[in-house]
Amino acid sequence: MKGNYDKAFENIVRLRVMSVLMANEQYDFNGFKELMEVTDGNLSSHLRTLEKQGYVEVEKSFVGRKPQSNYSATTAGKVAFQNHLNYLENLINQNKI
Amino acid sequence: MRKPEKELAEIKAMMERSSRFLSLSGLSGVLAGIYALIGAGLVYYWIYFPSSPWGEGVESLKSSVIFQRLLIVAFVVLVLAIGTAGLLSQKRSSKTANQFWSPASKRFMKALFIPVVSGGLFAFSLMHEGQFELIAAATLVFYGLGLINASHFTLNDIKNLGFGQLILGLIAAFFPAYGLLCWALGFGVLHVIYGAMMYYKYER
Repeated sequence: MKGNYDKAFENIVRLRVMSVLMANEQYDFNGFKELMEVTDGNLSSHLRTLEKQGYVEVEKSFVGRKPQSNYSATTAGKVAFQNHLNYLENLINQNKI
Repeated sequence: MRKPEKELAEIKAMMERSSRFLSLSGLSGVLAGIYALIGAGLVYYWIYFPSSPWGEGVESLKSSVIFQRLLIVAFVVLVLAIGTAGLLSQKRSSKTANQFWSPASKRFMKALFIPVVSGGLFAFSLMHEGQFELIAAATLVFYGLGLINASHFTLNDIKNLGFGQLILGLIAAFFPAYGLLCWALGFGVLHVIYGAMMYYKYER
């Protein structure tokens, strides 16, 4: 069977984060927070997991005096997500037959 | 594991919500069209009345009273249209629990307003130089390009609206005598049609 069910995307927050990063070159921490209504702690722990997996990269900077974390998907992350999508699509196609 | 259909739907929704500004209010398009039609009606009355709404109306434009009135009308229509769009879109985004100031909405506005503001300044320079014939064409062309540009960051319907404005603008450029008519069709009639279409499609 083509594609691969990626455990990293089992959690809904991580799935959403990755979807957002596929559609946007960069997204910042507060943007994620507003978009998905999660707590700071929850979000940052999931982001750290994805970072450890090598699926996302973070770029920390200061805007004025406020720290800002900009996230983007790595090539490995994009490939993994595409595989995950292929797996889901195949599963749906198989169930149809 | 969640159902794959549900998971794909979730992914798609997240991609759209994060990258597109979806709270654009159709109703504000209808209202903007009505303001534009009223404005165009006033301009017709000052420049052409009682003859037909096309042809050379430029002579009367040389008088500074009409020129000033024209500027004021243009400014009032613009402020009312943008104000209404902002207000109603803000209301809609709070109703649908979407953020009004999001990365997506900022990108949308940047994509729209860079061509539109340049177009506005360009039109003003035409006025300043007394080249009234091409003002309608210039505003339509720049607005159309702005809409096509911004359509990547909002509902796709906006792209066709942009092409409509662009085509009317080019017609007005080749046939300046029909400038006011094209302008009324583009900023007035097209806005009303598209606004109503979007309202029925997304807001009911």
